[in-house]
Formats: sequence, structure tokens, C-alpha cells
Amino acid sequence: MALGANTVATNTMTNDPILTVEHLSMRFGGLMAINDLSFEAQRGEITALIGPNGAGKTTVFNCVTGFYKPTMGMITMRQKAGKEFLLERMTDFEITRDAKVARTFQNIRLFSGLTVLENLLVAQHNMLMKASGYTILGLLGFPTYKKASAESIEIAKHWLEKAHLIERADDPAGDLPYGAQRRLEIARAMCTGPEFLCLDEPAAGLNPRESLALNELLRSIRKDSGTSILLIEHDMSVVMEISDHVVVLEYGQKISDGTPDHVKNDPKVIAAYLGVEDDEVEEVIEEIEVIAESEGTEGGSH
Amino acid sequence: MSNISNTHERAGGNLTAQALREGLFAGLVALGLFVLFVGLETTQNIRNELVLNQRWGLLAIFVIVAAVGRFLSVAYLRPWAAARKAAAAAKPVEGEESFFKRNFSKIAIVALIFYPPIMVMLFGVQGSLKWVDNFGIQILIYVMLAWGLNIVVGLAGLLDLGYVAFYAVGAYSYALLSQQFGFSFWILLPLAGILAAFWGMILGFPVLRLKGDYLAIVTLAFGEIIRLVLINWTEVTRGTFGVSGIPKASVFGIWSFDVSAPNNFAKAFDLPMSSAYYKIFLFYLILALALLTAYVTIRLRRMPIGRAWEALREDEIACRSLGINTVTTKLTAFSIGAMFGGFAGSFFAVRQGFVSPESFVFLESAIILAIVVLGGMGSLVGIAVAAAVMVGGTELLREMTFLKQIFGPDFTPELYRMLIFGLAMVTVMVWKPRGFVGSREPTAFLRERKAVSGSFTKEGHG
Repeated sequence: MALGANTVATNTMTNDPILTVEHLSMRFGGLMAINDLSFEAQRGEITALIGPNGAGKTTVFNCVTGFYKPTMGMITMRQKAGKEFLLERMTDFEITRDAKVARTFQNIRLFSGLTVLENLLVAQHNMLMKASGYTILGLLGFPTYKKASAESIEIAKHWLEKAHLIERADDPAGDLPYGAQRRLEIARAMCTGPEFLCLDEPAAGLNPRESLALNELLRSIRKDSGTSILLIEHDMSVVMEISDHVVVLEYGQKISDGTPDHVKNDPKVIAAYLGVEDDEVEEVIEEIEVIAESEGTEGGSH
Repeated sequence: MSNISNTHERAGGNLTAQALREGLFAGLVALGLFVLFVGLETTQNIRNELVLNQRWGLLAIFVIVAAVGRFLSVAYLRPWAAARKAAAAAKPVEGEESFFKRNFSKIAIVALIFYPPIMVMLFGVQGSLKWVDNFGIQILIYVMLAWGLNIVVGLAGLLDLGYVAFYAVGAYSYALLSQQFGFSFWILLPLAGILAAFWGMILGFPVLRLKGDYLAIVTLAFGEIIRLVLINWTEVTRGTFGVSGIPKASVFGIWSFDVSAPNNFAKAFDLPMSSAYYKIFLFYLILALALLTAYVTIRLRRMPIGRAWEALREDEIACRSLGINTVTTKLTAFSIGAMFGGFAGSFFAVRQGFVSPESFVFLESAIILAIVVLGGMGSLVGIAVAAAVMVGGTELLREMTFLKQIFGPDFTPELYRMLIFGLAMVTVMVWKPRGFVGSREPTAFLRERKAVSGSFTKEGHG
């Protein structure tokens, strides 16, 4: 009953968050890597998480995907079907398997000795495991596994075509050039059938042409499969180009949150990225306060 | 023109000069090394006095061998190897492999099936015993063990130094259960496998969080624990005396190999009494078991679980990010590998008729692991070849009685088995660091099946 009322309320506000992070804190010994961070990622949108080096972006990612257990806070994932998962209580592989959150890594983690196609088949492990009756039926040669196996190759083919890797399908993943490895890692994450995709610096180390191709791929992922995306990125051309919503972190705290244009002109963000001279600090703080007040009267930035 | 030939000549001259220099240097090093070890010998004479013998002749031989060897290696062997490498690089890659190479495994299986009858024809019923038992069965046991361990080490990348523990579990399961309850081999074979798999899981749980060296040490300790339990739990295992008089296997209960039994195999076919028939039967039994191991491994590699094992070897964190439960994946690898060890163990008990903890020392684990590494981790054909070379080679040393004529009648070649084993391993690792078959066959392909070069695959971190 309460849930029904809640969904009605969210629909009328056209506010349908897929991921809600509330009061997230992560402490490593004496270091507060994330301090009371709250933000939302809307369904069907590309949300970017930016900030200077060491701001805690990857830590947020690792908390969302279960690789770290947050010290405090709540991370809620709402699937399209309405099922809710509290990610901070789940382990990493359950988050991918049950909550349908997939991720990539800042330093690419491919199975370099497996072929490109095999990489994508490993990603469909849980589906194939069920179809093969947890190996037993498959070992005995039941047709369900053969069918599922053929299907999984079709899915892999679909993503290989999207990532422009179909020509290299039978080559070892470690043999691909860097840009192709990035695309393959995204394709592999998509093969797990996620509703929410977390990309950790997908454009790092790519040349302008490759990062253009990446933009294309991310847009088509959002459009065709309806997967929402959360990405960390330093390459502003990618961030400003494709994201619908930007969250800026500095020293583990959110300093700005809004559309790319809003964030781009936020003096706090500019100060965080470019720094300010000592005698300008007062000035900037005043400016920030004024803006904060005006925003308060306007009723939120978003 | 003249310039070119000049430089060429100079290069040749340089090479000889360099070779001479290096040869001289090697001779000096050898002199320094051996002058006290070889040149002087201390012995006691009959009056208990210490006598210094001078062996300058022997020392000279050592030094000359080192100097000449170095000279030849630098002056001739290295240029020859370089030229051969260049020639091989210049030659276009051959598209088609030879028929033999392509169908190697099929040919090998057929050859193995016809191996016992051929041996019987060549050496007679009694004479074939040595070739079928010492060579055939012995090698096939190691092939099977190495294929079982290959699942754990080669596919899942979990370094297991205590694999012989599962072999022991299988052997003692058969030995004790058949004596206590009189169960037949065909009931106890699967049971031994299940028990070994169970112990595989018991080992798997505590080591789930360990990686690399730490995992290796704990598995090694596990192997030793099992051995020590077998030694010290004397009420059940009879300790170091071992379990003897283990019943023989029968051909599915139809024919027996017990001499007194009415359905004795030799009697049933009116053949002269010989233990060779039993050995030939055992040969086919272990061949079938080994082929079962290979078949299951090949099938499993194409299943999601097999791919997950290989993915686990490549990158565990990436596996978890793809929703693979690495705990169950590791446990299945441990238990399925252990299961085949258990099968091999119960076969071992049936073949020997006697088991004792002596058979399950750490050296066995080391040999099995060495075979897996030498063969090329993950490659079934490579491992089978490595087992044949390693086990067959050391067995062959027993046959080399002509060595006694060279080294004197006191020389027993089998004492040098381990030395040869070590030398062979070093040689293979220098020549082929990824083992005999370093590449891996992909489990699925879109257009063509291309072998993945060993330089891309990882050895696993735990």
C-alpha cells in the first residue's frame, strides 16, 4: 500500500531514480574518503561523477558495486519492475547477479588469455549456469543448454557489432589495442544484462576519435537497451557531451550537482578544478554564499 | 664489394677471438672452482692418517671441457642457432599442419588401445608384463593424476601442492572399505571419487581467501596432514605397515582374477595361468578412466563452469564484477580435481594390492605438478606427452644396463632418476617456458578457431 502511494508520487514528479545514495560515508583508518554523500541517478539518464584526483569517485563506485563495504549510509537500487535492493548489504557478485548493476574498471580488467568472444560468454555465466542445470544437465547433453549456448553467442555477437569488435571476435582479448579493450570491457559488462552500468573512466587513454566512438556506444546503450549509466570521467568533452546530470565531488563531499551547463559555471567547481589564489579565497567564498542563497530562493538547482 | 667482404671477415675473426677469450675465461673459472673440489682429494690410509691425493689429470679434464665447451658454444653453436632462427623467421608460415599433428590425439588413443596386444605379440604373455605394467599402467596413472590436477592448477589457476592427499583418500577408501565391508571395486570406484571430492571441498573452504604462495603452502600442509593421519591412526590404517591383501577388481563381476575363483578369467577362456591378463585388464581400466577424465575436462571447458574457472585464473576481481560466485567456482574446481585424484587412488590400490603412507609423500605431488607445468598448463595433449616423457623416461633408466659398462658395475642408473628428471625440467623450461603446448584452445569461436598464444594467458594468482 505504502509502496503504491510512493510510486504514484514519484511518477507525478517525473522523478524516477534508479540509484539513490544517502549519507554515504567511507572511512579508511583516519582518512574520510567519502563524507556524507547523497545523490540520485535517474532512470534512463547518464549521470557523471567528476572531481579532482583523489576526490573519492572510485571509492563511491566501489561502494555502489560492493567492492567496499561503506562505513555508513544507504545505497538503494530500484529495478524497472519495482524491486528494490539495498546494495550496501550485498556482496559484489550478488550486486551484479541479482541487482543488475554492472561495472568496468579504471585499469582495464579483461580476461586477456580468453578470446574476445569468450570474454562475453563468461559475462553470461549466471544465465548459462541456470540453462545447463548447474552444469549437470549440460554435461549430459540436454538440449536446454545447447539452445541457451546458441543464444548467448547471439547476444555476444550483438554487442560485438555494437562495439565494432566483430572482426576480432576470435582473437585473444590481450591482443586488442587499448581503445578496443575499453570497448570490450563495456560490451562485456553489458552482456551481464544490467539495468545500471557503472563505468570507471571509460575514456581514459583514448584518442579523440576513439572517445568519439565511445560517446556513440554509450548513447546507443542508453537508447536501445534503456540501461542507465553512471560514469566517472576526467575527459570533459565526454562528460559535457553525453551526460544528463553531473555530480561533482571534492575531498569526499559533493560540491555541485546538476545539469552539465549548471556545473560548468559553478564557481565552486571552477575553484575545485583550477584552484584560487590566496587573496581571492574570501571573495570566492562570498560569491559562493550569494549563489547558495539565490539558489535557496529559487528552490534547488535541479 | 671489397668493403662488405672485409667487414664480414673481420666479424668472423672477431667471433673466433671472442670465443677464444670466453673459452679461456671459462677455463679459468672452472680451474678456480674445481681446484680444491676435484684437484685435491683427502683420504685416510690404513694407519688412519690423512693423505692428500693430487688429481691434476682429472682437474685438467674438467677445465678443458669447460673451456672447449664455451669456445664451441660461442664460436659455432650460437651463430648456428641464430642462423636457424633467422631462417625460420624468413620461411613463410605453413598453412596446413601435417596429418599426424592434426590427428595426434586420435592416433595416440588408437595406439594405446592396441598397445597391450602388440606387446603380447612381441614379448609373449609373460614378457609383456613389464611393458604393460611398468610402462603402460604407470604412465597412465600419472596422466590421469596430472589431468585431474590440471583442472585445479591449469584451468582454475589454484596452485595445489597437496594433490597427492586426494590420491591417498581414494586409495585408502578402496583399501579399507573393500576389506571391512567386502564391497566390489565397481561400487567403491565412484564412492572413492565422491569421498575425495568431499575432502577437496574440506580443503577448499579454509583456503578460499588465500592466493598464490600462501595457498601453495596451505595445500602442501594439507597433503602432509593426510599422510600423517594415515601413519598415526594405526587402529584404522595400520600405520606404516599399510593395508595389504586388497581384493582384486573383476571384469564387472563376470570374470574374476582370483586364482581360486571358479569364474577365473584364464580358466574361462582355457588360457595358461598368468598375471599378465589382470595387468592387461588394468591397463584398459586406467586407459578408460584417463579418457573419462579427458572427456569430462573437455566438456567442462565448454560449460559455463569451465569458462568461469579459466576466467578465475585470468582475473578474479573481474569475475566477481560479472556476477560469478567465486567461492562456489573455486570449490567445484577443487572437488572435481580431487574426484579424479580419488578415482586414480582407488585404481592404484587395486593395482598394487597394498597401500601404505609411503606412496603418498610430497614428492608425488611435486612430480604431478611438474608434469602439469611441463606439459603446458591447461593442455591435455601436452600433459600426456609430459607424463610419458617424465615417468616413462625415468622407468627407461632402469633398462639402461649398458650404462654399467661405462660407469662401472657399481653404477645404478635408477638412482639418478631424480637428477635426470630435474635436468629435463630445466631444459624444457629454458626451451619452452610455457610447457610443451603453451597455447590454449578457445572454447567457442565465431569464424575460425585460433589458438591463443601462451603469452596472453595467465598462470593464476591463487
